[in-house]
Amino acid sequence: METKEQFHERLVELFNSQKLAALSTQKGGQPYASLVAFYAADDARHLYFITSKTTRKFANLSADSRVAVLINNSTNTDSDFHEAISVTAVGKADEITGPDKESVLSQYLAKHPYLNDFARAKTCALVGVRVESYFMVRNFQIVTELHIKT
Amino acid sequence: MKRILSLKEVQADDRQRVGGKGYALWRLADGGFDIPDTVCIPSDVYREFVDRTGLRERIFMELHRKDFKEMRWEEIWDCATRIRNMFLTQRLPENLYQELGQTLQDRFQTRSVAVRSSAPDEDDARSSFAGLHESFVNLSGAADIIKHIRMVWASLWSDAALLYRQEIGLDVEKSAMAVVVQETIAGDCSGVAFTRDPNNPRQAVIESVHGLNQGLVDGEIEPDRWMIDRDSGRIASHTQPKRQHWFIPSHGGVDRAVLPPEKAGTPPLGEEAVKTVWATALKAEKYFRAPQDVEWTYFKQRLALLQSRPITTLGTGDTNDRRGWYLSLHRSFDNLKDLRRKIEQELIPAMIETADNLAQKDLSRLSAENLAREIEHRWEINNKWVNVYWSDFIPYAHGVRLFGQVYNDAVQPEDPYEFIDLLADTNMASLARNNMLLDLADAVRKDPALRHALEGGDATDIDSDFMARVEMFIEKFGDLSCPVTGGRECVLGTAPLLRLLLELVDHPPSGNIGKVDRVKQLKETYLNSFAGDQQKRAREMLDLAKSSYRLRDDDNIYLGRIEAQLLAAIQEAKKRLKDRSSAVLQTVLTTVAFEESGAKSASAPEPHGDVLKARQLTGQPSGPGIARGKARIIRQHNDLVDFKSGEILVCDAVDPNMTFVVPLAAAVVERRGGMLIHGAIIAREYGLPCITGVPGATTLIKTGDDITVDGYLGIITLAEIKGSPTQQEDSNE
Repeated sequence: METKEQFHERLVELFNSQKLAALSTQKGGQPYASLVAFYAADDARHLYFITSKTTRKFANLSADSRVAVLINNSTNTDSDFHEAISVTAVGKADEITGPDKESVLSQYLAKHPYLNDFARAKTCALVGVRVESYFMVRNFQIVTELHIKT
Repeated sequence: MKRILSLKEVQADDRQRVGGKGYALWRLADGGFDIPDTVCIPSDVYREFVDRTGLRERIFMELHRKDFKEMRWEEIWDCATRIRNMFLTQRLPENLYQELGQTLQDRFQTRSVAVRSSAPDEDDARSSFAGLHESFVNLSGAADIIKHIRMVWASLWSDAALLYRQEIGLDVEKSAMAVVVQETIAGDCSGVAFTRDPNNPRQAVIESVHGLNQGLVDGEIEPDRWMIDRDSGRIASHTQPKRQHWFIPSHGGVDRAVLPPEKAGTPPLGEEAVKTVWATALKAEKYFRAPQDVEWTYFKQRLALLQSRPITTLGTGDTNDRRGWYLSLHRSFDNLKDLRRKIEQELIPAMIETADNLAQKDLSRLSAENLAREIEHRWEINNKWVNVYWSDFIPYAHGVRLFGQVYNDAVQPEDPYEFIDLLADTNMASLARNNMLLDLADAVRKDPALRHALEGGDATDIDSDFMARVEMFIEKFGDLSCPVTGGRECVLGTAPLLRLLLELVDHPPSGNIGKVDRVKQLKETYLNSFAGDQQKRAREMLDLAKSSYRLRDDDNIYLGRIEAQLLAAIQEAKKRLKDRSSAVLQTVLTTVAFEESGAKSASAPEPHGDVLKARQLTGQPSGPGIARGKARIIRQHNDLVDFKSGEILVCDAVDPNMTFVVPLAAAVVERRGGMLIHGAIIAREYGLPCITGVPGATTLIKTGDDITVDGYLGIITLAEIKGSPTQQEDSNE
């Protein structure tokens, strides 16, 4: 099994290579999945995305902050089955409104500059997911998990 | 795109498409050399086959189950076996099958052909794949030819080919295979010609055997050898071997047969014919502008070239080329038969005799000096047998592998390890030991008073007849407390044998019902896949495989008995040193450095901060079934004493000296990989789920962890840590 450092390196490499993630929220026991453009801080303890406050995902996470986020590097080819890495993050999501918002948002937009107008709209929320655990699947069936000390 | 090319249709830039062999044959034909009727199936067809059937990704998933560099040779062999079986059981897409079948039928009719590998990166001057990929001769009919085309494709993924590609840095994921189908010429004699002797550039070498070339190429038949002076073309010398066998075409293949007396007394080539071969080979050298290794055959007066390739060993300084070593891991059937005779008739009886002789010596009566000498003597004896183990017993294990390949080729089963079940009615020494234990446990189960006495732990209360049986067991197999069979009293103050018996009393292992019928059925299916003489050989092969399978386990038991005698002498010395010091005994104990406990430290660092842990580990599924239970990590032999029924045995490597707890286990997990290692064999015997080749098994899993062993898929799932934030989520990745 890899070391914590290697695990972290794999995470950062994956996060840097991918733009989109699948977000899971739930309401009344009904799971709901949606696609978001994400950004991860280098320490890999937080994931960020933006969303209009009118969306179902935002309503869901406002009611229950527990979320899961899936990021993977599959390419929709056969070789994904032996090459792709998939990471599921489990944690709590909250809208970021405080003094940190501007610095996080500028880092987010450095990764997704085309979302600038969307991000600056009054109805758009910046959401941060505080990750509690990562589950990494590679080589089809090898699963390692990292539980983050809070 | 044409899927079969006649040599006339090959173009100058087709080298990558038709492979090294096909390309050289095209050039030979183009240069006016006499070659047998030949067609090429380009590497595009291989790619089409693996892409359209999904085989390409199945192969890569198999290869990426684990880091290739972490795999032992046995695991690579297993990997190659599974891949080979994928090719054997995967049918061609219908239109591809129709096109190949029709073209081959039209072209060759009832003539027999050879199906030969022609890898694109094969046979160039930089790397030589000679012998790594497979070729088959004397085949006829489109269906049989196509089956063997699939087998040639599969040989791209043989263990030796995988290792060699890895070593010379070729990307295995890009490799492809072209195939040459060539009319078989049943030559009166055949051979090879090296136009330049790698050891003497002024000479050429011609080697020849009666009949077909197979024996010469495989190294099974020693050829006549002529050295030719390159400048004058004169024969400088002729070395004659003792000619005994030849290879001749037989039903759907070739057979090694005894040479008729008139041929045994005559060299395969006369002087004139040697000169004709030399002249033709030299012509090929000039044509290709490089020294050549030419394969040829003589039929009546016709000299045909079967292939020509540049000699790869000239001046490349590739003394590090390990291809020969990889190939040496495979032994021929005849070689294994010789080895069997040696092992069964000489080595094993000698081991038993040695152990018995040593056991008769009364160590307690020896002076300190004599005891020291005895320890040294036993140390040397033990080392000698350990060396024999590596030089003869380990190679003999290839008998099982060879049989596996023959079985899979003939039966083409879905499960490439079905053949192991056919070997499983073999009486292994470790099973005899376990059965004796189970009989003892049975006696305790039927006698409550005896059980009560055993639980009380007072030996004087125990029935004397029963104790006599226990003594007999100890006499034969030791008291199970030692890491070697036959050793005694390694764990002072405990009675592991009696504890184990009590555990067995409450938890009798379930038998394998219906096993005998299944074995009978498998054997019939196997033998019925062969006709005539081939069936006799198939039967011999099965017999050899059973012997090889049995020895795989028994050799450790026999070796263990010798080790136990060394251990007994060491224990005697240690006992004396407790009472008073002795320089001579002290010295001898430090020189022999015998690992009594087999203890290995394996402490994982304490977690701090974030916690990284394995959730799912993968290995090779080596015994089907699923089990859940508490893990028991065995790091040293003493750990076995605490083994409880229903626990999952997790260890670095199960050896036959510890298999007595296996009947109590719910499943077996082993770091060491391979389908034919002891853990896998014994787990299969008891019908237990088993996974082998799990990196970090004994460090990532802890004694007491709840684990699930999926022996169908080779997946171990570790339950959540208590108090983890995800504990309440019973996740199933």
